[in-house]
Amino acid sequence: MKSLAELDKLREKLQEEMRLREGKEDVKVVVTMGTCGIASGAREVLTAILEEISKRGLKGVTVTQTGCAGLCHCEPLVEVERPGRDKVTYGHVDEKKAREIVVSHLVNGQIIKEWTIK
Amino acid sequence: MELYRAHVLVCAGAGCISSGCQAVKSALEESIDRLGLKREVKVVETGCMGPCDLGPVIVVYPEGVFYRQLKPADAVEIAEEHLLKGRVVERLLYKAPENGKTAVTSDQIDFFKKQTRIALRNTGIINPESVEEYIARDGYRALGKVLTTMTPQEVIECIKKSGLRGRGGAGFPTGLKWEFSAKAPGKPRYVVCNADEGDPGAFMDRSILEGDPHSVLEAMAICGYAIGSNQGYVYVRAEYPLAVQRLSLAIEKAREYGLLGENIFGTGFSFDVEIRVGAGAFVCGEETALLASIEGRRGEPRPRPPFPAQEGLWGKPTVINNVETWANIPPIILKGPEWFASIGTEKSKGTKVFALAGKVNNTGLVEVPMGTTLREIIFDIGGGIPGGKQFKAAQTGGPSGGCIPARYLDVPVDYESLTRLGAIMGSGGLIIMDEDTCMVDLARFFLEFVQDESCGKCSPCRIGTKRMLEIVERITRGEGRDGDIELLEELGHGIKSSALCGLGQTAPNPVLSTIRHFRDEYEAHIYHKKCPAGVCRALMVYAIDEEKCNGCGRCALVCPAGAVYGEKKKPHRIDLEKCLRCGTCMEKCKFGAIYTI
Ligand SMILES: Cc1cc2nc3c(=O)[nH]c(=O)nc-3n(C[C@H](O)[C@H](O)[C@H](O)COP(=O)(O)O)c2cc1C
Ligand code: SF4
Ligand code: SF4
Ligand code: SF4
Ligand code: FES
Ligand code: FES
Repeated sequence: MKSLAELDKLREKLQEEMRLREGKEDVKVVVTMGTCGIASGAREVLTAILEEISKRGLKGVTVTQTGCAGLCHCEPLVEVERPGRDKVTYGHVDEKKAREIVVSHLVNGQIIKEWTIK
Repeated sequence: MELYRAHVLVCAGAGCISSGCQAVKSALEESIDRLGLKREVKVVETGCMGPCDLGPVIVVYPEGVFYRQLKPADAVEIAEEHLLKGRVVERLLYKAPENGKTAVTSDQIDFFKKQTRIALRNTGIINPESVEEYIARDGYRALGKVLTTMTPQEVIECIKKSGLRGRGGAGFPTGLKWEFSAKAPGKPRYVVCNADEGDPGAFMDRSILEGDPHSVLEAMAICGYAIGSNQGYVYVRAEYPLAVQRLSLAIEKAREYGLLGENIFGTGFSFDVEIRVGAGAFVCGEETALLASIEGRRGEPRPRPPFPAQEGLWGKPTVINNVETWANIPPIILKGPEWFASIGTEKSKGTKVFALAGKVNNTGLVEVPMGTTLREIIFDIGGGIPGGKQFKAAQTGGPSGGCIPARYLDVPVDYESLTRLGAIMGSGGLIIMDEDTCMVDLARFFLEFVQDESCGKCSPCRIGTKRMLEIVERITRGEGRDGDIELLEELGHGIKSSALCGLGQTAPNPVLSTIRHFRDEYEAHIYHKKCPAGVCRALMVYAIDEEKCNGCGRCALVCPAGAVYGEKKKPHRIDLEKCLRCGTCMEKCKFGAIYTI
């Protein structure tokens, strides 16, 4: 550690990993992973989302998964919840779409309307 | 940096290790591997989370779900249900003993909810073997702040203003101690951490060292800067191998990152820490004995003054503080002395960590603001007394302390209030006793302890405590005499005023305080040959209930004194002249016919 600035930089990087344990309200990305979700590629979607967030150093995003949402025909599903906003649900997400959702919705705040369901 | 969607915190404090957390962790990791979740779920070992009697415990984030009393098979289920499918495993959640209510997350549990964690801010939350996790939670920022923006005098002022007092027992103002050392002539100077923790049943300091070792290292470096010292020592007992191991690793990692060693943060300040392992004699926790032991001499106390702050290690100015005292330093620097001083009471600032033990539902590690009442600690956090029994007294301060009887349940726990009651804050041992505890027997236990641990250097302590022990033992054997209580008091006060070190000066406290609050119990033993709590065996009278006895003869068979007589198939009797009061017959009677009066 050559300087305090170096510590600060390191801390910022590390804090993202630890934020999970703070239970703070922030953007939540939920991937539904029931049996059919996993069969239709939800696992790959989840990994892609984690990778993309990590690559872009996005802050304040929690990624979780839930069980069956009862919408088997639309799986894999990805839900994006911002505090104080309506939940947005994307259907038939694949790896590529997942990465785009991160860029467009999470980074730029643009909902990709044509992929949403409801 | 790796991003995960879930963190599973597995408590690896000493309590959970002894209840089998390693097997639970392996089962968890195997399942995570098998289910292909390795990229998404991270398993982290932490220090003690607090509720040790619920161990092994784990917490799953981001939801914060708290699972307790796990077996390896439960861990497999958590992986398959919660981690894979996102379904909380109801069956393994905590249920409140009072009302059976289920708590999902730890912040719904009173035990956690009512605590304020400063010294334990990271314990049970971070991986103690990862300096990165410590840094992520503002670790070493206080050291950075001190080195780059504050003068040594400002650091001392800040600690003084915070009102922090030593957590090792005596409660001496920490900032003042640092100032004495900073102003004392002589170089080099030293910084010492007292991690001897000798009180029977206490494990606060061990838990901090095991759960958050960097907080102590960072604080010692801060003190080094404040008093002009470049070398620190942590004196820890050999019985704490895990603490030694985690601390060694922490020192190594801190050196790697340049947070200890030469030219820290490029400021030109250098500081390093070494570990000294002690044999674990109680008297070695006394500061002058401890310093002697670090120097490689016999761990015997010497008279003070001079105080270590002026003449400590190798005769040089030395600041010695307790583990928990150290752990409070970084937050004080970061959040400011006013913040710290706003917690607690007028003269006792901040929080205190207690090792809650004995007859209480939730045993474990708790941290509460100074001034919290005993009732809140025992009943709200501790969940009350098990088995519907009555609370009788709490013992604080271990062998140097005293007891607080039930009628003072609403006493605020701070230095002054406890001293007024003849107890002390002590280092944080808090033993809860119910109606089945005999206070004379309790006093005997502590007296025996100090008698064993007395180093023998001065006669008031060596001979005086032995005499006191003889008298108390005699009382518990039913051979107490008129005048014994007064004699104990006289001896006790004599030893307190003439012993050389703190061990002897406080050794009579458990006796004096039980006499003060439970004199009637001593009198019952001495004058009526009765132990009201039914503990002192020698004072029990064994009798056989003729209604229940069917004359099986087992008792007569096992009695070592041949004190039981009677015909087969007819009620038996005990010859009290011969009876040794050993209790064997009562243990062996299958019909519950033998009772004591
Ligand atoms: C017999 C005896 C045993 C002690 N044991 C300890 C101990 O285990 N840990 C500790 O921190 N202080 C212990 N102390 C208190 C130390 O002498 C010293 O006051 C303390 O380490 C100072 O640190 P503090 O101001 O941060 O409390 C003991 C004192 C006596 C008389
Ligand atoms: S008071 Fe006891 S422990 Fe302390 S120096 Fe005297 S004999 Fe040793
Ligand atoms: S063991 Fe119990 S039942 Fe049997 S003779 Fe003794 S008192 Fe009676
Ligand atoms: S208490 Fe011991 S000595 Fe007395 S009667 Fe029972 S077995 Fe015999
Ligand atoms: S299992 Fe996926 S919606 Fe039912
Ligand atoms: S050791 Fe696990 S809770 Fe204390």
